[in-house]
Amino acid sequence: MDNRKTRFLIGYIVLAVLLAALFVINLWAGSANVGFKEIWDIILGRSADSTAAKIILDMRLPRLLAAALLGGCLAVSGFLLQTFFANPIAGPFVLGVSSGAKLAVALVMILCLENGIVLSSGFMVAAAFAGSLVSMGFVLLIAGRVKKMATLIICGIMIGYICSAITEFLVTFAADSNIVNLHNWSMGSFSGIGWDNVKVIAITAAFGLICAFLLAKPMNAYQLGENYARSMGVPIRAFRVALIILSSLLSACVAAFAGPISFVGIAVPQLAKALFNTSKPIHMVPACFMAGASFCLLSDVLARTLFAPTELSVSSVTAVLGAPVVIYVLIKRRKGEA
Amino acid sequence: MRAEFPESIVLNTKDLSVGYGNDPIVPDISFSVNKGEILVLIGPNGAGKSTVLKTLTNQLKAVAGTVFIEGKDMQELKNSEIAAKMAVLMTERPRTERMTVEDIVSAGRYPYTGLMGILDENDRAVVERSLEMVGMLQEKNKDFNAISDGQKQLTMLARAIAQEPDIMILDEPTSFLDIRHKIKLLGILKKLVFEKNMAVIMSLHELELAHKCADHILCIGNGRVDRYGTAEEIFDSNGYIEELYGVEKGCFIPEYASVELGKTEGEPEVFVIGGGGSGIPVYRKLQREGIPFAAGVIHENDIEYPIAKALACKVVTEKAFMPIGDESYEEAAKLMVQCKKVIPAVKQFAAMNEKNSELISEAEKRGLIWHGL
Repeated sequence: MDNRKTRFLIGYIVLAVLLAALFVINLWAGSANVGFKEIWDIILGRSADSTAAKIILDMRLPRLLAAALLGGCLAVSGFLLQTFFANPIAGPFVLGVSSGAKLAVALVMILCLENGIVLSSGFMVAAAFAGSLVSMGFVLLIAGRVKKMATLIICGIMIGYICSAITEFLVTFAADSNIVNLHNWSMGSFSGIGWDNVKVIAITAAFGLICAFLLAKPMNAYQLGENYARSMGVPIRAFRVALIILSSLLSACVAAFAGPISFVGIAVPQLAKALFNTSKPIHMVPACFMAGASFCLLSDVLARTLFAPTELSVSSVTAVLGAPVVIYVLIKRRKGEA
Repeated sequence: MRAEFPESIVLNTKDLSVGYGNDPIVPDISFSVNKGEILVLIGPNGAGKSTVLKTLTNQLKAVAGTVFIEGKDMQELKNSEIAAKMAVLMTERPRTERMTVEDIVSAGRYPYTGLMGILDENDRAVVERSLEMVGMLQEKNKDFNAISDGQKQLTMLARAIAQEPDIMILDEPTSFLDIRHKIKLLGILKKLVFEKNMAVIMSLHELELAHKCADHILCIGNGRVDRYGTAEEIFDSNGYIEELYGVEKGCFIPEYASVELGKTEGEPEVFVIGGGGSGIPVYRKLQREGIPFAAGVIHENDIEYPIAKALACKVVTEKAFMPIGDESYEEAAKLMVQCKKVIPAVKQFAAMNEKNSELISEAEKRGLIWHGL
């Protein structure tokens, strides 16, 4: 017992240090050279008018906050889905939920842009949420028919491809000067996120995180399987609905502002489980959030700086970092099953 | 109605029909279980034992009728109220990820913990005791996926115990376990019944175990509740078990609750002179080799009589406590000569079976003694 408590404590400390370090790195790294001391002064509001202050306060800071919050949302969403499907490689991206959200946002964006309506960030989240719920509905429909995890995942990937293809089609034929922006977004990127967006993201993330935390107890029972959970008094139907809505909301929030970001939802919960050596939801919800935030901060700083001034899509960085983790999990599982 | 309800009954059903959708697999089930009682469901595969248990545990909606827990309609109870009274052990094993034995057992405290599910002193003590009871305290920090099937089942039992139920419902808890774990698991259930006055409802495939631990037995077969009674009532009626399970070859010996494979039919080739149990290993060997045989002269109260009856083509018998008479002797001698091979298994002779000694002498004289087995 004490050993485990120590392990959990170490896990939290590691994540906190990592998060803090990446915060600083993300503020500091970039094409415009701003020294640490200057950053410190800017943060404290001592030199508010310089160009450097503009870069730090209006570009890097909101961007890094968005990356951290959205990364956390994505990881928690992945953890919820893994629990729901009792499947370690489930996640909003592989199940097509992110792509569904992306499609809905693209549709709404293009319609609004063509009619000259400026989209509010809240409305974007709502559209993404609707899109993710629709594709989640398809996934659940399939899950009701096929019990095999692999088949479910493949179906999810197919749904994802269909949604992505339609989105590409829409983006290609959309006639608007803002198309460049749209294109960036449809590849997955944290760029161009401003303070007003960050506010909406923060509210959604806080709400989602609190709800997920409150579901920790029934999730713990649900990890033994639906029937055992019911026998212990979990109101199964309400619980399942809550879990689905919550994970859809969290991944929709990400899709609305940053587009599709792959592998964070699968890989980060796996890393967090390994770091803490547990799958207890009460620890995994905060741990996944912190780990997801760190993961996306790292990915974003790499995407920005690796081939500067060319910026990579953040999704390609998360894929390179996250896919090996998934492969490792799959190989380890095979061994365990044999 | 409520005032008359006997307090000792913890679970009963009224005109319960179970099945999937609107098709009842087993209709009209009415029974009751008292505190401190073990009810065992037996019956062939696919008869609906699991369906009954799933309905009792609210995993499946009843097609018709009602399940009562302590006299209250189960459908009117909240999930959490049911959970505090009833724990289950199912055939499905949880697919866990990085969960220790202790984590699994702790989950059983669900009905008693607060909003965040954090265990308090008492909860932890209950978990500890439950682990102790099933003998898994030493392994509590092991990963659930890293322990043996038997230990997994004991862990799941500890989880059910930690739920502190009045009723425990178990679906084939002993299947796939080795003999040591079967005995251990049933021993723990007995202890729960004696010490905590728990009621146990379970399905078992091992009739010999059902016979030994059940207070009452519910036989499900032929699309209905075929019989209900005490273990003695069910098992001692001749040929009933074979009928329930549709056994055509082989049989179930109620006296020993043992299962015997079908006898080798045909003209007997070997005659075994048995008695007092000495013939049993010989019968089994002949049965395994597929040699049809006869046996005699065996008293009807002899320990090996039921087995000889089950395995030999022909058994020459004598009435209980009577010395072997001339009639039986003659019959045996004739059969012995027909068989041409004789195995003298019996070694002890006294007043009752003196004639068997004469039979052996006769066989020796004729050179019929066979050492080929």
